[in-house]
Amino acid sequence: MHVTFTDADLAFRDEVRSFFQNELPEDIRRMRMQEIPLEPEDQVRFQKCLQEKGWFAANWPVEYGGTGWTAVQKYIFATEMAEANAPNVIPFGVGMVGPVIYTFGSEAQKERFLPDILASNVWWCQGYSESGAGSDLASLKTRAELVGDHYVVNGTKTWTTLGQHADWIFCLVRTSTDVARRQEGISFLLIDMKSPGVTVTPIITLDGVHEVNEIHLDDVKVPAENLVGEEGKGWTYGKVLLQHERAGNAGVAQTWYRLRKLRAQAARSVRGAAPLINDRNFMRKLAATEVELKALEFTDLRTLAAVASGKAPGPESSILKLKGTELQQAVDELYVDAAGYYALPYVPDQYVLDFPPDERIGEGTESNTSLRYFNYRKASIYAGSNEIQKNIIAKHVLGL
Amino acid sequence: MMLTESIEKFIANDYDFESRQKYANSESGYSEDVWRTFAELGWTAVPFSESDGGFDGGPIESMVMMQQFGRGLVVEPYLANIVLAGSILRRLASNTQKAKWLEPVIAGELQAALAFVEPQARYDLRNVETTATAEDDDWVITGKKGLVLNGGNAGLLIIPARTSGDHNSSDGISLFAVGGLADGVTRQSYPTVDGLRAAEIQLNEVRVDKNAALGDIGGAYSTLEAVIDEATLAVCAEAVGIMQIMTDKTVEYSKNRMQFGVPIGSFQALQHRMVDMLTACEQSYSLLIWASTANADGTVDAKKSISALKYQIGTAGRKVGQEAVQIHGGMGVTWDLDVAHYFKRLTAIGQMFGNADWHLDKLAV
Repeated sequence: MHVTFTDADLAFRDEVRSFFQNELPEDIRRMRMQEIPLEPEDQVRFQKCLQEKGWFAANWPVEYGGTGWTAVQKYIFATEMAEANAPNVIPFGVGMVGPVIYTFGSEAQKERFLPDILASNVWWCQGYSESGAGSDLASLKTRAELVGDHYVVNGTKTWTTLGQHADWIFCLVRTSTDVARRQEGISFLLIDMKSPGVTVTPIITLDGVHEVNEIHLDDVKVPAENLVGEEGKGWTYGKVLLQHERAGNAGVAQTWYRLRKLRAQAARSVRGAAPLINDRNFMRKLAATEVELKALEFTDLRTLAAVASGKAPGPESSILKLKGTELQQAVDELYVDAAGYYALPYVPDQYVLDFPPDERIGEGTESNTSLRYFNYRKASIYAGSNEIQKNIIAKHVLGL
Repeated sequence: MMLTESIEKFIANDYDFESRQKYANSESGYSEDVWRTFAELGWTAVPFSESDGGFDGGPIESMVMMQQFGRGLVVEPYLANIVLAGSILRRLASNTQKAKWLEPVIAGELQAALAFVEPQARYDLRNVETTATAEDDDWVITGKKGLVLNGGNAGLLIIPARTSGDHNSSDGISLFAVGGLADGVTRQSYPTVDGLRAAEIQLNEVRVDKNAALGDIGGAYSTLEAVIDEATLAVCAEAVGIMQIMTDKTVEYSKNRMQFGVPIGSFQALQHRMVDMLTACEQSYSLLIWASTANADGTVDAKKSISALKYQIGTAGRKVGQEAVQIHGGMGVTWDLDVAHYFKRLTAIGQMFGNADWHLDKLAV
C-alpha cells in the first residue's frame, strides 16, 4: 500500500539529517537560506562534499560508486536533502549521462568518464532539443557523419541548461536517415565542448537570467569512440534517461519547504498591519494547495512502495511529474499573491550574500518572488511538457 | 472611435516591440520623445476639464486608451502622471495649483507621481504612517513611501501624510505636493519586473509651505480612494488589451508551429484551451464595459464593478497569461519573445491596487 519506515530507516534518516545540518559548508548553507544562486564553483564544492561522504551518486549501482541504498533509503535521502534546503545536484552528469554510460557504454568509456562525473571534475550538459525538435524530439536534425575514425557533427542544440559552464555535452544526433522509423537513425554521442566548431550562445530567459543556451556545432570532429553503444540505438538510451528525468521530478519535499516558509511569512505582521493570515481567500488557496501536496506526497510513497518491493510502479507514478510541476507553480503563484506590491521591484543587486536587511526593498517578502514565478513557467514545459505527459498517460495507462 | 484609431496607428507605425524594449531599457525607463508626442496629440489632456485644457474624458475614454496602451505594451508613464497624480490635481487643486502643476504635467514638461503605497500597508489606503506636522505656516513631513510609480523621475511627488488620527484611520489623511528634489527627500529608484520604473522614497523632515496642501487638511481619504478606483479601472483596461493580444498571438503561433508533422494548433486539446482563452477575454471585456459605463454614469454598483473586474483580471487574466506562455513552449519563457513581456506586465497588474483575493473579499459580503 504505502511505505512504513523501519527503525533502521529512521536511524538512517537521522544520520542523513545530521549530515545536512552539520556538515555542509557554512557559506553554502547561508546562500541557500538567503536564496542566493550558487556560482559554479560553489555548486561543485557542494557536490564534492557529498561525494566525500560517498553520497553523491546515490542512485548508481555499488560497482560504479553508488551507495547500494534501498529504494526507501534513496527516498529518505532525497527528502532530507530537500528539507534541509540543500542545493540541488546538477543532474546532467551524475543523473543522466552517467547512468547511460554505465548501462550502455564500453569499458573504456566507463573508465574514462565515470570517475570525473563522480568527482564533479567535469561539468556535463544535455544536447537534445532543437528549434524544430521540442516535444517532437525524434524529428531532430543535428547530423553526425562517420568519416574514417571520427564523426563530423553539424547542427544546433537549444535550451541547453548551464551549457556555458560545461566541459562536455551528450548529444542525440542523427547518424542515418535511411530508416523506417526516425528514432532508429538517432545515436548517442559524447562531445568535448572545447572541440573546434563548438560555439555557445546565451539564451536569456524572461527573468533576465542566463541559464540556457544554444550550442552550435559546425563541422565538429568527434572521435568514433565517443559513440555510446550502437549507432541507431540513441533514442532507446535517451528514453531510459528521460524516464529518470521524469521520475525524480515530483519535488514533494522541496515544495513542502516552500509552503512552510510561506505559512511563516503569512503569520508575520509588519508594525501592526494585518498579517496575511487575515486574508481568508489567500489562506483558502494555501490550504487547498497543502491538500494537493499531501496527496502527491502519498502518491510518491505508493510509487516508492512498488519500487521497493521490486515491482514496476503503477499508473500513479506517471502523474508525478505532471502534478509535481503544477504544484511547484501553484506555490510560486501564492508567493506572488503574498508579496502584493512587493512582487514588482526588480532588484537583482539584493541577491548577494548578507545583503543588509534594513536596505532590502520589500520587508518580510522575498525580493525575487516574481522572477521565480516567471522562471518556473518552464517546469510545465521541460522534461517532457505536461501535454506530452498527458498523451503518454492517456495512451499507456488509459489505453486510449 | 477616433482616439482608439489614433493610438492604434501610433503603435502600429512607431512603437514596435523592439522600440518598446529600447525605451524600457533607457535611463529614464521611457522615451521622452514619445511622451512629448503623447502631449502634442492631446492624449495627456483627455481626462481633464475643458477649462483646464482638456477634453472632459471619463472612464470610457480611459478604457479605450488604456486598452490600446496594453496592446502596445507601452512603458511611457501615463498611469502615473495622468491617471494617478493627474486625477488628484483634477479633483483637488486650486487654480493656482493647477497652473503650477497640472498645466506642465499635461504639457509633458513635468513628471509626477502619487505615493499611495507604504511598505507596511499592503493594499490598505488608510494605513498611513507618514506624518505631516504643522510648524508656523509650513508642514513638516516624515515617513516612507513604497512602490512609487515614476517616483524616481518625478519633479512633483504627491504625498499622502497623516495630519491627525491614529495610523489606521481614514480620517486625518492629507495630501501634499512635494518637489522630487526637495531637502530631505531620498529616492531609491529601480526597474519593476514588467519593464516600468518605481522608487522607494524616504521623507526626512521635508518642509513644504501651506500652499502645498491639496484639498482639505485631514479629508483626503475619499479622494485618494476615488483616484485609486479610477486607476484600478485603467489598469484593468490595459490588462484586457494585453489578454486579447496574447490570445491572438498564441492562436497565430499554434497555426505556424509544426511538430509531429502538423501545426500544434491542430491538436484538439490545445484548441479547447485557446477557446477558453477567448472566452476569458470576452468575459473580461464585458465586465470592463460594465464597469466603465457604471463609473461613467455613477450608478449604485459602480464601486462594486471595479472589484468584480479586478478579480476577473486577477484570475482569468492570470490563466490567459499562463496559457499563452505554455502554448508557446520554450519560446514563451525567453526574454526575446514579446509574449513573455506581456505576461510579466499582466502579472504586475494582478498585484496592483488590490489583487484578486483582496477584491473578492470586498465582494463576498
